Amino acid sequence: MKKHLLILLSVLLVMPLGVAIAGGDAPEAEHQRWHFDGHFGTFDRAAQQRGLKVYREVCAACHGLKRIAFRNLEALGYDEGQVKAIAGEYTVEDGPDDEGDMFERPARPSDRFPSPFANENQAKSANNGALPPDLSLIIKARHHGPDYVYGLLTGYEEAPEGTTLLEGQHWNKYMPGHIIAMAPPVSDDQVTYEDETPQTVEQYSKDVVEFLAWASEPELEERKSTGIKVLIFLLAFAGIMYAIKKKIWASVH
Amino acid sequence: MGSSERTVFENPVVEWIDSRLPVFTMMQKEYGVFPTPKNFNYLWNFGAIAMFMLVTMIVTGIVLAMHYTADVTQSFDAVERIMRDVNGGWLLRYMHSNGGSFFFIAVYIHIFRGMYYGSYKQPRELLWILGVVIFILMMATAFIGYVLPWGQMSLWGATVITNLFSAIPLVGDSIVTLLWGGFSVDNPTLTRFFALHYLLPFVIFAVVFLHIWALHVTGSNNPLGLEPKTEKDTLPFHPYYTMKDSFGVVVFLLLYAYVVFFAPNMLGHPDNYIPANSLVTPAHIVPEWYFLPFYAMLRAITFDIGIPFTDIVIISAKLGGVITMFGSLLLWLVLPWLDTHPLRSARFRPLYKKLLILLVLDFIFLGYVGSQAADATLLGIPLSVFGLIATGLYFAYFIVILPWLSKNEKGRELPASIHEAVLAKNKK
Ligand code: HEC
Ligand code: HEM
Repeated sequence: MKKHLLILLSVLLVMPLGVAIAGGDAPEAEHQRWHFDGHFGTFDRAAQQRGLKVYREVCAACHGLKRIAFRNLEALGYDEGQVKAIAGEYTVEDGPDDEGDMFERPARPSDRFPSPFANENQAKSANNGALPPDLSLIIKARHHGPDYVYGLLTGYEEAPEGTTLLEGQHWNKYMPGHIIAMAPPVSDDQVTYEDETPQTVEQYSKDVVEFLAWASEPELEERKSTGIKVLIFLLAFAGIMYAIKKKIWASVH
Repeated sequence: MGSSERTVFENPVVEWIDSRLPVFTMMQKEYGVFPTPKNFNYLWNFGAIAMFMLVTMIVTGIVLAMHYTADVTQSFDAVERIMRDVNGGWLLRYMHSNGGSFFFIAVYIHIFRGMYYGSYKQPRELLWILGVVIFILMMATAFIGYVLPWGQMSLWGATVITNLFSAIPLVGDSIVTLLWGGFSVDNPTLTRFFALHYLLPFVIFAVVFLHIWALHVTGSNNPLGLEPKTEKDTLPFHPYYTMKDSFGVVVFLLLYAYVVFFAPNMLGHPDNYIPANSLVTPAHIVPEWYFLPFYAMLRAITFDIGIPFTDIVIISAKLGGVITMFGSLLLWLVLPWLDTHPLRSARFRPLYKKLLILLVLDFIFLGYVGSQAADATLLGIPLSVFGLIATGLYFAYFIVILPWLSKNEKGRELPASIHEAVLAKNKK
């Protein structure tokens, strides 16, 4: 039986290997401690709210967040009125009206974040031919997403001797292939925080990742807390089943 | 089925139904009193576990289908809507996507059990063959299902795998056009894949029914590989194995739930969270983990096979790979005729046992090779060389080693009966 277990274990060990291949020649980003890590992880509401601010004031100039509706922001701890106010700062296209014309109106909580460009071609032409991806799923769409995006935002360096960068290209430690078309998006003191939180690139990056991680996995808190309950239930259930099984089998042999 | 002897039931309603359609008699016979060897170990749980997973996949799949749309402009968004806006949608989808993986885990262990204890041998050949058919259908279903969320890996995985069929002489290109419904993997491909993904699980269900029917004709094998001789060797299926199977299912469920709730994307590829884009090829196209050993065998053939010293190619590298991959599965179908050793269980065949363990390690290693980029190296040697060697070993095991062992392996002495072996073990 031990041998069988060993084999089972090795199969389980090899499986993740299939997905653990790192992209390109870039080093794996260093692991950061995230509030949402671990079995009991939750999002840090304050960090999320700061991250939203960074997204809105910086990233939103180039990146969309089209899968998130303003009403979803209630999950960050805003009340209905605050969400309405945030939505009201955006205009969205609606229509057609009774005359058949499209018109602009202030966004409502049920609207989604408007994307900064009308279409991919416009986005590319404004960014030296590179497409800034929508950030709604970015954390799930990269290996070790939170660490990677944090690494990317803090990983700009001088290009090593001998590398020639074209117009609009930058050197980043963690980007696969190291060449990225996004200029370092944030610098110290660029976004004003209302409290004492340090206004550094590291802090901005950490906060925006906390926010984007939620955007990718809005179900994370519910998933983990349900998971704990399910596991406890199944453990107890397995225990009872085992006891009954033992009792039934006691007379055999 | 079931027109022979009927049990008389006390409950009048049950009796009324049973005298007209003896389903209760059948259940009683096949799952109540069904004589089952008493010496099963926990590896015998994986059939019930696989059945449980099949039902889970069908139930979660049907509910997903209620919210899903098969259309290249909408599928990715539909899945995200399931994840974000449908009540419990994230749970459904994670149960379904990880359920595929756990279904394969269960079935791989189930197949290993069959090989280890010689469950494919006379008189269970057809039972075994039906099992291999189920496995092949599962691979088709899972491959097609992976296309449905229409992410980058969906599109590019489908492109790579469907392209393989073009290597088949004469009809290859027509097959590919038929699979695609056009000239590339596109909307017609997605819609027909959805239709097939809905259909195939029910075909699997039907083959599972035949598989179990065949099982109930021959009865189960057991760790000793001895046929039960007297009543002392067996137990009624209920309550002994209903209870043991239920316990096993719950333990398996525990592992499955762990992954669903705490690492739901561990077994998936992040690129599938990028919407499909036919203009951008992902850096590495990797199939789901359960295909990796076969994918490695597919890529192991990197050279054309032809007549030496001429330019005549008989089998192109591509066709060679396709033949190798499908051949690796066909070998399972004919396994009962490759291993004709009279002893079933590896317990009494020390040499067979060691070599089978080596085969499993070889298969796992192939999985590793399949997970790596085509140009990867190991210890400075191209990984494809190792892939070719491991593929060679895999084929050698079935075509050379098994027939040789069948003739030459002595084997250990068998106990007189299951009952006596169990008694002897309990004395120790
Ligand atoms: C001036 C426009 C601009 C701003 C502002 C900007 N980005 Fe980008 N971003 C881009 C472009 C262009 C790319 C595509 C880069 C490429 O493909 O080389 C990109 C790519 C990315 C990527 C994907 C990298 C990869 O792995 O492919 C991430 C993540 C990202 N940006 C995050 C952010 C975050 C977070 C912010 C806000 C703090 C931000 N960006 C602000 C233009 C911008
Ligand atoms: C043999 C059983 C089955 C297997 C092995 C299987 C496998 C899969 C796999 C691997 C995926 C991709 C998961 C992902 O990455 O998102 C998938 C998706 C899907 N399957 Fe199945 N499936 C099975 C049965 C069914 C059934 C019976 C239905 C009912 C119609 C169904 C409906 C769907 C739908 C709608 C999707 C797309 C949604 C999604 O991707 O989450 N499946 N399936």
